[in-house]
Amino acid sequence: MGKVQRYFNKTEDISPSSKTSPSKDTIIYNIKPKLKPWGRRQSDKVINKKKKVVKLPNPNPKFKGKVPIPKKRLKKYARGEGINKTGIKTKIHQKKFEKKEKVIKFAAQQAARAEVLLIEEEGFLEADAGETTTQFTQKQIRENVDITAASKCFDLRLEDFGPYRMKYTRNGRHLLLGGKRGHVAAFDWVTKKLHCEINVMESVHDVCWLHLETMFAAAQKEWVYMYDNQGIELHCIKKVYRVTRMEFLPYHFLLAACSDMGYLSWLDISIGQMVSQFNSRLGRLTMLTQNPWNAVLCVGHVKGVVSMWSPNSKDPLAKMLCHKAPLTALHVDPRGQYLATAASNRELKIWDVRKLEGPVQEYKLITAANNLNFSQKNMLALGMGNVVEVYRDCCTTATKRPYLRHRFTTSIGNLNFCPYEDVLGVATAKSVTSLLVPGSGEPNFDALEANPFQTKSQRKEAEVKSLLEKIQPELITLEPNVIAEVDIPTLKDKIDAKQKLLHVKPPKINYTPRNKAKGKGGSAKIAKNKKIVQEQAKKEFVKSTKDFIPKLNIQKEQQKESGVLDRFLPKKRKT
Amino acid sequence: MKVKVISRNPDDYLRETKHDIHKVPRNYDPGLHPFEAAREYTRALNAVKLEKVFAKPFVGNLDGHRDGVSCISNHPKRLSVLISGAYDGEVRVWDLPQKLCLRNFVAHEGVVRGVIYNPSGNHFLTLGDDKTIKTWKTAAPQFGEEEEPVNTVISKTVLTGISHHVKDPVFATCGEICQVWEETRNEPVRTFEWGVDSLHDIAFNPVEPNLLASCASDRSIILYDTRDSGPLRKVVLKLRTNKICWNPMEAFIFTAANEDYNLYTFDTRNLKKPANVHMDHIGAVTYVDYAPTGREFVSGSYDKTIRIFETSKGHSREVYHTKRMQRITCVQWSLDNKYILNGSDEMNIRIWKARASEKLGPLKPREKAALNYSEALKEKYAAHPKIRRIARHRHVPKHVYNAQKELRTIRDKGKRKDANRRAHSKPGEVPHQPEREKHVLKEDH
Repeated sequence: MGKVQRYFNKTEDISPSSKTSPSKDTIIYNIKPKLKPWGRRQSDKVINKKKKVVKLPNPNPKFKGKVPIPKKRLKKYARGEGINKTGIKTKIHQKKFEKKEKVIKFAAQQAARAEVLLIEEEGFLEADAGETTTQFTQKQIRENVDITAASKCFDLRLEDFGPYRMKYTRNGRHLLLGGKRGHVAAFDWVTKKLHCEINVMESVHDVCWLHLETMFAAAQKEWVYMYDNQGIELHCIKKVYRVTRMEFLPYHFLLAACSDMGYLSWLDISIGQMVSQFNSRLGRLTMLTQNPWNAVLCVGHVKGVVSMWSPNSKDPLAKMLCHKAPLTALHVDPRGQYLATAASNRELKIWDVRKLEGPVQEYKLITAANNLNFSQKNMLALGMGNVVEVYRDCCTTATKRPYLRHRFTTSIGNLNFCPYEDVLGVATAKSVTSLLVPGSGEPNFDALEANPFQTKSQRKEAEVKSLLEKIQPELITLEPNVIAEVDIPTLKDKIDAKQKLLHVKPPKINYTPRNKAKGKGGSAKIAKNKKIVQEQAKKEFVKSTKDFIPKLNIQKEQQKESGVLDRFLPKKRKT
Repeated sequence: MKVKVISRNPDDYLRETKHDIHKVPRNYDPGLHPFEAAREYTRALNAVKLEKVFAKPFVGNLDGHRDGVSCISNHPKRLSVLISGAYDGEVRVWDLPQKLCLRNFVAHEGVVRGVIYNPSGNHFLTLGDDKTIKTWKTAAPQFGEEEEPVNTVISKTVLTGISHHVKDPVFATCGEICQVWEETRNEPVRTFEWGVDSLHDIAFNPVEPNLLASCASDRSIILYDTRDSGPLRKVVLKLRTNKICWNPMEAFIFTAANEDYNLYTFDTRNLKKPANVHMDHIGAVTYVDYAPTGREFVSGSYDKTIRIFETSKGHSREVYHTKRMQRITCVQWSLDNKYILNGSDEMNIRIWKARASEKLGPLKPREKAALNYSEALKEKYAAHPKIRRIARHRHVPKHVYNAQKELRTIRDKGKRKDANRRAHSKPGEVPHQPEREKHVLKEDH
């Protein structure tokens, strides 16, 4: 009986490595069927080594391959250096991780290539020779841009209820105003359509959008109130008292607030529960900003310190002494790279907030800045008295002159860059103004994150999706990607674990004696037996922990050097 | 002065008519997508929870038999046909999608021990306790005609199992001896004997079609070559093997369902120890069948559960049970790799999904993409304790739960005893014995 021909038995005529060059008419597929069986055997390795790479000639010489991606762009999308292969013990896992790394790299490349598809270009403002951008007024800019963009520059005169605070929604479409004397208004600032305008008949300290434009919160005289976009009061949250500033963490659905009494609180608005609330023990809190990269709250203090808080610990995660004078303002840029702080001694410093290092840049201003705000393209707006100055590239290089300057008649209460627009909103004591700052906003939005052109059905869907993806508050840490990393116990953890073992109590033994026949036992005997069993368990436990206890004791003894004159030292107090 | 500010044309971002889909411009800049890892983790957690929510594996059952189902067989070419034999000698042909019985007739006196289609699917063979092998036509008889076998062979010995060659008209039966038959002849072409013990299962290798394996009541598994005159090799385990199934993709691998609650995957090139031991059942394993992919197999047990194992893993990935399902007598993996069929003692044949949470029917492209994405996420975050706990958790009936606990205690006891013995004897005197080496007694040639 002849050998059965199977598909993997190669025959000469279809061999791909035939030496004759392929003619143009025939297509040769470079298929190499696996010769070896699929099991794991030693002999497989031998077969593996004979791998030959057959390079087919390029069928179309005009096509030179894919366009190379610029290194800088690739770096923007890169996901870090990847795994060090040498630490992986088995070959199978090495291969597995190699494959994984390849996939990650490919994804980064694809993302970089997809940049071609972005349709919008970012704005700019260029001065001619002999001019500076600082000298251009808003009027000049407005006259030189197209009509729709010019309509984005407007001024609302609100004389009676100021000073104002303002906030944009995450997609930059809606604007929320809160006047100190109770005036709260929400509107679509692009179409100038008013959602609601109410007077809460109380002082308003801060306002904040919740996850959608349908709901917002206002920190009033005593408590925080929530309203919907018709101005109907939805909730009054009495658990938070005398709030000064609020921040909304959109991915965690947490409304964070700091209060006059020094309390920090995180309220989960999706389930209506207080996640964490405690006294920071650092006095009155008036400056609050969130780090959008890791959702940690940054609080500024009068002592020149910035403290960073997560709901999971009652002590700050980090404390930075930034200035030697009271802080007046702080802000973290949207990518969570830089922290800008301003103090009353007219200083402005930029810090690297990922490394908690710095300052990266130091500036001395003419007057102290009361407000700071970063735009999406890292422009920094400063509010100083009644002047707004916008700086470009102030984090990486020491800039000497502002990019733009605007002067108001009254002092500035609050300023915010509008996301995805070249607009800076400024709320002053008697007006709310929207200024054009070319090049400040991200031109291309991602509709799955924030969409200025969102329809109602899209909004509903996005709400459900984002609620499903709500990140648990336990994941708020300084390093947000820690969940995807290998959990290696630090030296401190190891030492702590060992220390803990020293103070472990022997386990309690629940000893119940067997019921013996009458007259054999007696309560005295039972008690005795019980003691014996317990003693035995204790002994065993001590024996099992003995291995590491003496080592630590030896270390202690070695450290102590006894001298003759030790007897004159003050005696140790017994604790 | 040169100036430009962002000014978007709404036409680029809004759909033209109500019947279009919404435009979704994307920007993959990592700066616009914060909390990547935390969000992925949350998605993975949701995905694994949803998998549990949708895990409804039971599709339906086929009832009609008047006694326990003893054996079932798939049609080699049609997915919708199933044939089953019962302890009362009745054979039934089923239409799976409609869950209907198409044909039923009494084929044998006493138990039907085996049913099998021939490779073309035109005929099927049944064999019973009445020592006969009957060949039947797949096509049902015309109206008014009686059910008549095409051919009846009377064997001299007791018959307990049957297996058909993958493409030739050759089949093998087992009983007191192993016999190889040709469909056209009434006498066995070849007989094999090794000792006097009876054989209770036989299986043709689907890839190397001349290879045969059978299991005997002397706790052994015997390999034969149909071209040879005598049996090839024999391996003896500690307890009896109930059923053997060859891996349809790897010619040299077979799995044996053993009486000692375990399944053993053997490599024929090295029978000294099994390549893998699959534990999880808490009763004798009565049946095993491979998925057509060769990556997984399903086993039925006397503990009233079906378990699905991955070939390379020691523990099952899935367990199926119902309140009413009794001892499993036979299990089959359907040839489209989507369903599992099992017959049990209480006269029913049950249809299960092979992947418990899989959606039946065609998937839309976006649905498929979403499922692929969540599958990848589950794999990426599989090691996280919260996710692993949810993914691993299976509810099992009380009797299984208690028995598992008891078995664990027994195993721990054995381990503890070994460890104590090792601690109190000379080093090297009580060597550590791997699980794989515990169960094979000897190998004969």
